[in-house]
Amino acid sequence: MNVKILGAFAAVALLAACSDNTAKTSGSGATATGSGIVPGSQEDLVANVGDRVFYDFNKSGLKTDGKATLDRQAAWLAKYAQNNVQVAGNCDERGTEEYNIALGQRRAAAARDYLVAKGVASTRVTTISYGKDRPTALGSNEAAWAQNRNAITSVR
Amino acid sequence: MTQSEIPALPLADLNARGFSISRRGLAVGAAALILPNRLYAQTAPASASPADSAIVVDRARIDPIPIAIPVFAGGDSVAQRMGNDIAGVITNNLARSGLFRTIDPAAFIGQDTNDVPNFANWKGIGAQALVTGKVDSQGGNKLRVEFRLWDVLPGQQIQGTAYSADSTNWRRIAHIISDVIYERLLGEKGYFDTRVCYIAGSGPRDRRVKRLAIMDQDGENNRFLTDGTWIAKTPRFHPSQDKVAFMSYANNRPRVYMYDLDTQRQSVLGDFSGMTLSPRFAPDGNSVVMAQTTPGGNADIYTVDLASRRSHQLTNSGSIDVSPCYSPDGTQIVFNSDRGGDQQLYVMGADGSNPRRISFGNGRYGTPVWSPRGDLIAYTRLFESTFAIGVMRPDGSGERILSESFYVEGPTFAPNGRVIMFWRETPARDNRGTGFSARLVSIDITGFNERQIPTPTDASEPAWGPLLA
Repeated sequence: MNVKILGAFAAVALLAACSDNTAKTSGSGATATGSGIVPGSQEDLVANVGDRVFYDFNKSGLKTDGKATLDRQAAWLAKYAQNNVQVAGNCDERGTEEYNIALGQRRAAAARDYLVAKGVASTRVTTISYGKDRPTALGSNEAAWAQNRNAITSVR
Repeated sequence: MTQSEIPALPLADLNARGFSISRRGLAVGAAALILPNRLYAQTAPASASPADSAIVVDRARIDPIPIAIPVFAGGDSVAQRMGNDIAGVITNNLARSGLFRTIDPAAFIGQDTNDVPNFANWKGIGAQALVTGKVDSQGGNKLRVEFRLWDVLPGQQIQGTAYSADSTNWRRIAHIISDVIYERLLGEKGYFDTRVCYIAGSGPRDRRVKRLAIMDQDGENNRFLTDGTWIAKTPRFHPSQDKVAFMSYANNRPRVYMYDLDTQRQSVLGDFSGMTLSPRFAPDGNSVVMAQTTPGGNADIYTVDLASRRSHQLTNSGSIDVSPCYSPDGTQIVFNSDRGGDQQLYVMGADGSNPRRISFGNGRYGTPVWSPRGDLIAYTRLFESTFAIGVMRPDGSGERILSESFYVEGPTFAPNGRVIMFWRETPARDNRGTGFSARLVSIDITGFNERQIPTPTDASEPAWGPLLA
């Protein structure tokens, strides 16, 4: 059971890496183009909406581009009203375990509150924090840490 | 396991003030009154007074006690092998403490064939203390281990004790003997007959498997307690029972659980809507203090009574309050809060009253833990690009950094307050995570004698348990 969940995580991470380029070239809000992505699916969210927002070091405030991503997520959730989501907060490795679990929760809550403020029913959004236990990037450098300070939205 | 004192052997050269073996059992607190001064390692007391903390560090480095630990004799081949192994465990314990210099057996002169050692031979190689022992198989799986601790120069027996136990308990006998030697020669309790709970990490960094694990303090008898299906974190030992509180991501609802080491059952602790984390037992073992996250993204500190499972809220600061830890007398709690803007240490009354900040050095501070002696608080400090393990007095004065590197975290005290264990991470060398590792490390509270603890996997978040015997 959990193996499957972990597998899904890995797939999300790989797709996310691709989506950066996709977003730059095709712009946001583009519909799936012959790639077999099912509209309203997790893959759709990742490829065409953006599944994650990023935070500054030791901070949980949303940045301009993060708000833009969450605006698109809110619109997407309005369109696919059957989808409930989990927002998972994450931290880089430059903090203590216990504080980072709480900080990841604070990041997830900030993203969740923004979605709710944009009209998503609070009952549709759950939160969790993985502290620094589920990094996207595996390196020990600033580029990796910047990627790992995030809140990731996934369809439940 | 049973134990009995064995009388001092009749010694031809026993001088007039020679004493017979203590019949008060192992808990001899008055070792300092009995032993000649030269037998003490010139170690600083673990509780440094304000004025002499600089001297403490210097004194701790010199004069470990030279001690010889020949293989324990055995009646048959099985007992001989066990005698060899027991002497090996004792040697390893005492050497790793940094307070003893175990003499290389290659230097030993001759072999004692009588019960009474040939003290001249031991004097000749500079031994001040000598440990001798015998192992006898007693049929079935029973074992009798007899040991004697000798003061070499006057040729006196300091301690003689015999232990009868299942042979599967041979390691515990070796640890108990190590603790007796430590206490008789240093005048304070040892910490060898203890276990350490920790989190065993394996697999790629982005799908890390984190299991609850337990081992003896020297890294032996390692066991994994959870199967890795869910992330396990922050284990803490109950002060007297075979129970561990820890955080589990079971069913994707991260909560604090109690794990019973005897029944291997776990149960969620308290009924909280938020995530719960960072548990610590009260010194009396009747309750746990821990943090719960709030819907708004903060965290408050609660206690949960273990009998009634009722909870009681202690903080409500609109910030992240985590990592609470009681003072050993149970009257105060040190914790970690960002109420002032960033992560710092605060001390409050056990009822949540009068919180005051105690950390004012450079950087952020986390994971405070109160020494069992009550005189120090150990913590993790994050400053610029380095992490450090340090100690300060409960009022925040006397800050002293013990170890510093790319990443160190999570100090835990040995039950005698003399040694701290924490973990160290080595950074990944590339973007595939190559080279990342996490290992447990112990260090004397003077900042010397840093040693890695052998573990079969990556290891983090150690929690040092109480003395078993």
